[in-house]
Amino acid sequence: MKQTACIFFTVLIFMTAVSSIEAQITVSQDGEHSSIAEAVSMAMPGDTITVTEGIYREHDIRIKKPLTLVGEGRPVIDGGDNGYIILITADSVTVSGFEIINTGRSYIRDYAAIMIEKASDFVIEDNRLDNVFFGIYLAETNRGVVRNNHVESYDRREASSGNGIHLWNVKNPVIENNRVTGMRDGIYLEFAENARIMGNISNDNNRYGLHYMFSNGGVYYENTFRRNGAGVAVMYSENVDMKNNRFENNWGATSYGLLLKDIRNSTIEGNRFYRNTTAIYSESSSNILIRRNDVELNGWAVNIKSSSARNRFEENNFIENSFDVRTDSPRNNNHFEGNYWSAYEGYDLDRDGIGDVPYRPVSLFSIIIDRQPESLILMRSMFIRLLDTAERIAPVLTPKTLFDEKPKMTRIQ
Amino acid sequence: MKNLTHIIKNEWRTLLRGKWVAGYALIFLVLTDSLLRFGGGGAETLLSLSNVMLLFVPLVSMIYGILYIYQSREFVELLLIQPVNRSVLYWGLFLGISTPLMAAFMLGAALPLGWHGILMLDGASSFLVLALGGVLTLIFASLGFVLGLMFYEDRIKGFGFTIVIWLFLAILYDGLVLMLVFAFGQYPLERFVIAVSMLNPIDLARILVMLEFDISALMGYTGAVFSRFFGSATGSLTAAGMLGIWLAVPMWWGLRVFKRKDF
Amino acid sequence: MIEIRNLEKSFGDLRVLKGMSIEIPKGQATGIVGPNGTGKTTLIKTILGLVKPGSGEIHVNGIKLNGNFEYRKDIGYMPQVARYPENMRVNELLEFIKGLRDQEAVYEEELIDQFSLRSELEKPLRTLSGGNRQKVGATLAMMFNPDILFFDEPTAGLDPQSSHKFKQRVQKEKENGKTVIITSHIMSELEQLVDHVIFILDGKIRYYGSMKALLEESREERLEAAIARMMDTTGEEPVQKEENGSLLMTKKLETA
Repeated sequence: MKQTACIFFTVLIFMTAVSSIEAQITVSQDGEHSSIAEAVSMAMPGDTITVTEGIYREHDIRIKKPLTLVGEGRPVIDGGDNGYIILITADSVTVSGFEIINTGRSYIRDYAAIMIEKASDFVIEDNRLDNVFFGIYLAETNRGVVRNNHVESYDRREASSGNGIHLWNVKNPVIENNRVTGMRDGIYLEFAENARIMGNISNDNNRYGLHYMFSNGGVYYENTFRRNGAGVAVMYSENVDMKNNRFENNWGATSYGLLLKDIRNSTIEGNRFYRNTTAIYSESSSNILIRRNDVELNGWAVNIKSSSARNRFEENNFIENSFDVRTDSPRNNNHFEGNYWSAYEGYDLDRDGIGDVPYRPVSLFSIIIDRQPESLILMRSMFIRLLDTAERIAPVLTPKTLFDEKPKMTRIQ
Repeated sequence: MKNLTHIIKNEWRTLLRGKWVAGYALIFLVLTDSLLRFGGGGAETLLSLSNVMLLFVPLVSMIYGILYIYQSREFVELLLIQPVNRSVLYWGLFLGISTPLMAAFMLGAALPLGWHGILMLDGASSFLVLALGGVLTLIFASLGFVLGLMFYEDRIKGFGFTIVIWLFLAILYDGLVLMLVFAFGQYPLERFVIAVSMLNPIDLARILVMLEFDISALMGYTGAVFSRFFGSATGSLTAAGMLGIWLAVPMWWGLRVFKRKDF
Repeated sequence: MIEIRNLEKSFGDLRVLKGMSIEIPKGQATGIVGPNGTGKTTLIKTILGLVKPGSGEIHVNGIKLNGNFEYRKDIGYMPQVARYPENMRVNELLEFIKGLRDQEAVYEEELIDQFSLRSELEKPLRTLSGGNRQKVGATLAMMFNPDILFFDEPTAGLDPQSSHKFKQRVQKEKENGKTVIITSHIMSELEQLVDHVIFILDGKIRYYGSMKALLEESREERLEAAIARMMDTTGEEPVQKEENGSLLMTKKLETA
């Protein structure tokens, strides 16, 4: 019995030693291991594979066990336009420090540079993805971090390009400080729960900088979305928190700083909307608090469809937008209060910082434009300003109940 | 050439000594400064400034031009009987009086923009508004000159035309365009409204301001002609080119009248 | 030497000069008389190049006028109304014209002293009295020592002393062989200053000859009376549209 116990402990100690001394495998072009896939297949769970500088022409590297894959001196994995490049189906995998280029392209399969499927607790960090169909693809994952990656591609057609960071059916993902350029959607979420999307820069993508679908309870903070084909779209979701982001220079007839469709119980706060064709577009959305945003030099600051109700616009700065509010209904189901409107011409006799007459943000000219778009060329003309002022004093064509009763006299800091 | 600069320098000296031009500069200085102090940021100030500029610079410049002709008749005649070429005299007088007014606007507005840091922050936009004000000053001062020379004996008529022309170009013209747009709304009108707007120098300046500040709204328009016109450099270049023509034509016209006129 | 041939000029429908031919030889002092609105001023302005001739020719010192300007180097002109830019100083005006003409202002200092303008040099022109402004005009006309001098109602705004000084100066210019042309409503002044008379009525020259001959012909002692008689004999009343000067003249002519 004593001997048995002794053997048992010896084996136990031995095993602990083996598992605690995680193996280090080095892949280099002229060394013992020159293939990443080979190293991955021979590695034991928990091993770290270090890949040194060089070009590795490989694709379909399947990681089925917990591994750490580290690039040293930014090695290049060139997929040679074939299929997936790295496929992760195990938990606790880390991939960092690589340059991954040239995935396959397909109309049937979503070939990605890094695909993570049915896995959790992964870290994808500090990689540069270039000329890829999809960049980083998360499917049915839980937790996991995608951080400091740079995804770029050059296909300018919406139909034949893929998404930069694609999330489908995932829980608790963290997407942080990535940079995505020239993809279809910069960051795409579908059925993502409690996503945290922070500090990313998504610019010059063919469709949306961020595309948010059926994803409840997420937050996105401090991201920058610039010059994307259609801006940012948030659709069919609840309890989304959108704070301190920048939506800039999204131009085009169907381009929005932020498009809201079927959104409920969410907050849009502290964002900056600058030079978008339409800063905030809202359709069938309700109970959204839009607060303390800077909305400057956009074509239309707010385009709110009559299907939207009980949304509150408070303490925003609306500065020199060509048009402040556009709506398709003579009735108003939303609430505007205490905003600063640079176009406000009223006065403040009691000096409490709040204008004494309400501000009507729907101008006559915006209604003229809707009827006769060519009159756009008269924007900012003296004649139009006179018409607008007359209409504001005695509204006839603009919604009578849409006004800000407490317009601020100075910009809200 | 020597005579030209000699005349220009003399006009500068006498104008700068007068309170008129300095007062005009001061008005824009105070206006721009208070816009910056109480109005907030750069774009907001620049747009307010350009609104004031588009409305008042043409009026003031035109009155200034015509007033010079009326007030300086005897002096101009004294210069005409000197052995000096009439063209040289015309350019000397015109440039001599219009450039200080132009400088008054540009400096008056630029200084507050400078010390509030907008010139650095929104350099291109600031420069655009200042330059447009300068060009409008020249255009309308020369129109004033032309009117003064044409109605040399009849000041009431001269001033009457000045006010009517200003009212027409600054306000009524756009009303007429809007009326036409609604009257012929069923036809494709894009080319037409662009062409019509190109004929009014105030509209040209306004369109250039619009291209700078409202391009995001213009991009929301779906018509192909507008999109092509405003979406590329074509719009700006055409408008700037037309403004150049507007600059040349009244000056040339004034020269023609001046050279042929019986004083 | 000024030669004018068949000079005609209309302003719109109004024919102001109806064919004039004159020759004014070098060194001659000539007075141009006639009621206002008859073309006196237009004639002078045409010679000065301020008004373009309708038809006909003008030669000044042998140069044909065709919109050119060099010939004006030989001309000095003192306008009837002396108004200058308000903020300009007297010396600045003198400097300015000097810079334009590019000629030596030989008599500048002399004229300034003669017309007692030295104390006015630093003053802005708006603060000068009408008389002093006239004297500035006279200085500008004569300081470059041109061959031909035009004076348009020169003594109208001058006090007797200045007027006297001015006439003295004109006498001196005559003696120096200058061609002097004066228009004036004051006949006594013309008697003193000129020896030839051009009488213009209704756009035409009614008389051109020496003063002496005119007085002898009309058997009158004074120019004023001679002119009046001439108007009677021509049987035409001058067309009077304006007041003051013109009416005054008519009255003078009538009472004479």
